[in-house]
Amino acid sequence: MNPTIDKDLESVVIRFAGDSGDGMQLTGTQFTNSAALFGNDLATFPDFPAEIRAPIGTLAGVSGFQIHFGSTRIHTPGDMSHVLVVMNVAALKANIKNLVKGGVIIANSDGFDSKNMRLANVPEDKNPLTDGSLDEYDLKIIDVTKITRAALTDSGLGVKEIDRCKNMFVLGLVYWMYNRNMESSIAFVKAKFKKNEAVMNANLKIMQAGWSYGETTEMFANRYNVAPAKMDAGVYRSIMGNQAAALGLIAASVKSGLSLFYGTYPITPASDILHELSKYKNFNIKTFQAEDEIAAICSSIGASFGGSLAITGSSGPGIALKGEAIGLATMLELPLVIVNVQRAGPSTGLPTKTEQADLMQAFYGRNGECPLVIVAAQSPGDCFNMAYEACRIALEHMIPVFLLTDGYIANGSEPWMYPQSKDLQDIKVEFAPEKTNTDDKFMPYLRDEKLSRPWALPGTKGLEHRIGGLEKQNITGNISYDPNNHEEMVHLRQQKVENVANYIPLQTMDNGPETGDLLILGWGGTYGALKTATSILRGEGLNVSHAHLRYISPFPSNLGEILKGFKTVVVPELNNGQLVKIIRDKYFIDAIPYNKIQGLPFMSTEVVNKIKEILA
Amino acid sequence: MSEVIEKLTSKDFSSDQEVRWCPGCGDYSILKQVQTILPDLGRPKEEFVFISGIGCSSRFPYYMDTYGMHSIHGRATAIATGLKATRPELSVWVITGDGDSMSIGGNHFIHMLRRNPDLNVLLFNNQIYGLTKGQYSPTSEQGKVTKSSPVGSVDYPFNPIALALGADATFVARSMDRDPKHQQYVIKRGYEHKGTSLIEIYQNCNVFNDGAFEIYTEKSSKKENILLMENGKPLIFGANDDKGIMLDGFKPIIVNLADVSANDLWIHDETDLVKATILSRFYDDPTHPDHKPRPFGVFYVNNNKETFDTLFNKQMEHAMENGMGDLDKLIAGRETWVVN
Repeated sequence: MNPTIDKDLESVVIRFAGDSGDGMQLTGTQFTNSAALFGNDLATFPDFPAEIRAPIGTLAGVSGFQIHFGSTRIHTPGDMSHVLVVMNVAALKANIKNLVKGGVIIANSDGFDSKNMRLANVPEDKNPLTDGSLDEYDLKIIDVTKITRAALTDSGLGVKEIDRCKNMFVLGLVYWMYNRNMESSIAFVKAKFKKNEAVMNANLKIMQAGWSYGETTEMFANRYNVAPAKMDAGVYRSIMGNQAAALGLIAASVKSGLSLFYGTYPITPASDILHELSKYKNFNIKTFQAEDEIAAICSSIGASFGGSLAITGSSGPGIALKGEAIGLATMLELPLVIVNVQRAGPSTGLPTKTEQADLMQAFYGRNGECPLVIVAAQSPGDCFNMAYEACRIALEHMIPVFLLTDGYIANGSEPWMYPQSKDLQDIKVEFAPEKTNTDDKFMPYLRDEKLSRPWALPGTKGLEHRIGGLEKQNITGNISYDPNNHEEMVHLRQQKVENVANYIPLQTMDNGPETGDLLILGWGGTYGALKTATSILRGEGLNVSHAHLRYISPFPSNLGEILKGFKTVVVPELNNGQLVKIIRDKYFIDAIPYNKIQGLPFMSTEVVNKIKEILA
Repeated sequence: MSEVIEKLTSKDFSSDQEVRWCPGCGDYSILKQVQTILPDLGRPKEEFVFISGIGCSSRFPYYMDTYGMHSIHGRATAIATGLKATRPELSVWVITGDGDSMSIGGNHFIHMLRRNPDLNVLLFNNQIYGLTKGQYSPTSEQGKVTKSSPVGSVDYPFNPIALALGADATFVARSMDRDPKHQQYVIKRGYEHKGTSLIEIYQNCNVFNDGAFEIYTEKSSKKENILLMENGKPLIFGANDDKGIMLDGFKPIIVNLADVSANDLWIHDETDLVKATILSRFYDDPTHPDHKPRPFGVFYVNNNKETFDTLFNKQMEHAMENGMGDLDKLIAGRETWVVN
């Protein structure tokens, strides 16, 4: 009988790492879904190279998936992992620095042969599995390749196909380690390979073999239980940010009664929004894969002119190409949502890595005075809320709206207490009615109390009018070169943005009182790390509060009041200091920047240390 | 449509905006011809939309009392594609120039043609940048001396007709500003075609490139230098209709009608892509002694390629056959759990 002892843990961080062809993303996603269904709170961090099949065995080819799950509330994927699964020596080399001392390493010994050592630039005589360098860790060496091949000799599959099942052995073993039910992964494998029974059976068999390996060998002294988390009561699902953004857009389409048109061009990490939306034509969702980024936004402008809820989506480089057309949409005063799933730049930068460095681009990245509305999502599930809000504001104010997310929340997942459609705020859209009396001319730039102009659709009798990128005379919409009119129109377009502040929620504190020693002011995808850091700091008795911005242009009208209530305001961002400049400019406060520009999210311990340093 | 459409006139299509092209510009003629034929198309005027890019020609929508958009340089084709995809019942027109469509908008131009949305594209070709005051354009002849090419441009020009055929356009035609009737005929044919209709119109810029097409428009030289293509009719040209085109294999040759019967000439067939391609290459320097006449009229029509907007909306209709999806089910996804 296996002498394992069951132990209870509050939370665990596991990192699966291997070659980009080893299936680590799938393994991580499967474990995530099971943990979510079990009722753990969790956060994930897929971290993969830009190359689809980067050179095998090299450091550049390492693909990782980190999951942090627990019986308490979890807001980040974890700074350090407790368990590191490595399929080869490169994966170990790339990730060992982020494993806690004493942590568990599960190493596939086949990935530590001389060839892999050479590819990972590790000297032949320095095999970490044998040279004692891992003595501070709990090292478990398993020849996953050999076991998998042996178990599947009769499967009828070739060696290549058999080797592809290795990740399922690891998954089964980790399920055993954490006393997990494999049901949802069994169902997944059955559905995924329903057309190829041999592959399906091989995957199921080897996942079971992984489980049995844990059960029968005496390699593991302990087995761990992580109880379900005490979450707010409700119904949950697991969600990734891009998925949530797509659902938010669809919800806005359904609630506004408008057909959605998504004009886009494939780009990492935004493409998954297109993939999601293109599945839902039965919700009257139209997707158009254009020939380039410019055509993508322009087709959306055409659709908006025609009365659709028009969206375009991209990442930084694509947004740069769309700049002129965003200016056109601003002049046309038509509703348009521009989604930017930010990645590390400039230029091509680090396509699969996260960053928040496109905030200035969203604010100012066009010629002329070209203000627009900017909202930002703070977590995977929040992508739904802010996508919905972006559509609501665009439609109700006849204005282009930027939705900023980032690679980290776009690909990360979390349990999400999803809303019921009936509870979503209504979106009111009115088209200008047809006009039979042609004595008084239709005025396309006549404004309502929000300063928005009428949405007059082609095909409507009596409303024939021309719009364009040349400066418009207010009210009539005729071309105007009048100096005073131009100045007035620039102010009007600015005021139109400012007025949105009356139609968005006030800024709330995420943690801590509205006055105090220090305010951590964040925006976007850094939410989880800042939230965790704030609760650690407050737990240590420090007078620190956290507010997180989701509405950035305009800011909530009470933001200035909140900022004044603190002796110190720190603005942590994954860029070289962007929001902090806007805050300093607008509110004349000596806000302190705290920046990280490594293509990686903040670790909460980094933030904790920085804040302590500032307070010291 | 049940209600009777009131009879419109060309005046109904002219807006209250003062036309601001240079006096003598070829654009006036094109505006006039479009305003002349629209009332005869039997459509209420609110269904017409004119979308343009940037350049002299692109001011066109301001002068039409229809829906219109004067957009950004080169992108009218993309905007029109988005509008037509979502509002297929509208009659959507693109107004563009040689700089707008062949240079900055070249990419959208070819992709529009391959997709084949039901748009009518009027390409005003004056072989010069007019609005920016006279630089050589992608259709200017090599050696063109302009402000930006004081010793002559080294660029080879684009041949818009050949480019369009190469991009699998389904309606390709050429006309000229100085022949109103021909323009009206060709534009109407383009309107009737289901799919993208590309109509190149030679348009004189009397300020920066005056006389560029003189040889094709002046009475003295016209008949000798243009070839008016008519479907099912032999290809005949010449001052006294005394010359014709024959095909020797794939090689076109000019023959004298004194030596050859008109029955033996090349009979124009608008549906023949290979022959249209040969005709599109009648593009040599008109001052060269052996040059072929420049063809005008409809080069090619393909009625067998379904339009982008039809295909796009068929997919939508198919997906919507069983009604709208259930939003709450979609948001919930496949796997949910309850926390009490």
